[in-house]
Amino acid sequence: MKAAVITFPGSNCDRDLATAFDQAGFQVTRIWHKDTDLPHGVDVVGVPGGFSFGDYLRCGAIAAQSPIAPAIKAHAAAGGFVLGICNGFQVLTEMGLLPGALMRNAGLKFACKQVTLRVETTDSAYTAEYGRGQDIQIPIAHHDGNYTIDAEGLARLQGEDRIAFTYEQNPNGSMADIAGVLSANRRVLGMMPHPERACEPVHGGTDGAGMFRSLMGGMALA
Amino acid sequence: MKARVTVMLKNGVLDVQGEAVRHALGTLGFAGVDGVRQGKVIELDLAERDAAKAEADVKAMCDKLLANTVIESYRVEIL
Repeated sequence: MKAAVITFPGSNCDRDLATAFDQAGFQVTRIWHKDTDLPHGVDVVGVPGGFSFGDYLRCGAIAAQSPIAPAIKAHAAAGGFVLGICNGFQVLTEMGLLPGALMRNAGLKFACKQVTLRVETTDSAYTAEYGRGQDIQIPIAHHDGNYTIDAEGLARLQGEDRIAFTYEQNPNGSMADIAGVLSANRRVLGMMPHPERACEPVHGGTDGAGMFRSLMGGMALA
Repeated sequence: MKARVTVMLKNGVLDVQGEAVRHALGTLGFAGVDGVRQGKVIELDLAERDAAKAEADVKAMCDKLLANTVIESYRVEIL
């Protein structure tokens, strides 16, 4: 299985994400935002955390218009997997690959801590290895993670079982405690918490590794 | 030709920064501030000389980049 990890100016979790994919057994290629093509046969595109373009204008807004963006959108449209973490989630909403938007944390503070997430659905390649309702410990580090969507959109996410993770204790004012959402075809996942920072014992926890293992297993079946 | 774009959170979207500013004004003793909404102003210098064309161009820029219409509304003024 092949993974491609995108780097924008200001990305700072791209190496961590590449390592997480690599340790789960993916063949990883690093892609610069000015590239216009993804490697042939890539299975999953990782859009990493960080502060792309300094969060200028809006978090993720400028990265979402970068030269590599059309290739990522085409990959998703063809049924490819796309994983956006933290700033990557913001980029995917700005690209229109996921509904809703990420606003400034309700408490206005940058939130950097370990949180408990609840796995809300196991019906995705990303979460199949977890149990439904399972609690996992994953770090967050963001200033703009307050997920917002209109009532109709929220009802659709809930009705279609597309909320992947919720916070046990809401750290940012996110609607319905949402920490991560799936696309309609369940192959694009955006989440504010950082599973790639909870993959090795030295990280202080390994609950995030299950997501990459799960994805590796799920894609082999897909 | 110059254009000014004002981007604001849509009505109904909680503006947490505006609320913080409102609280701070109250703390400073400014009574009677019932609400604060914070937005951004973007000024553009345009080569276009036709006002109607300029306005259409800037609206397209807003829809594509300058505003996130999921949560924000915008107003374009041609100056």
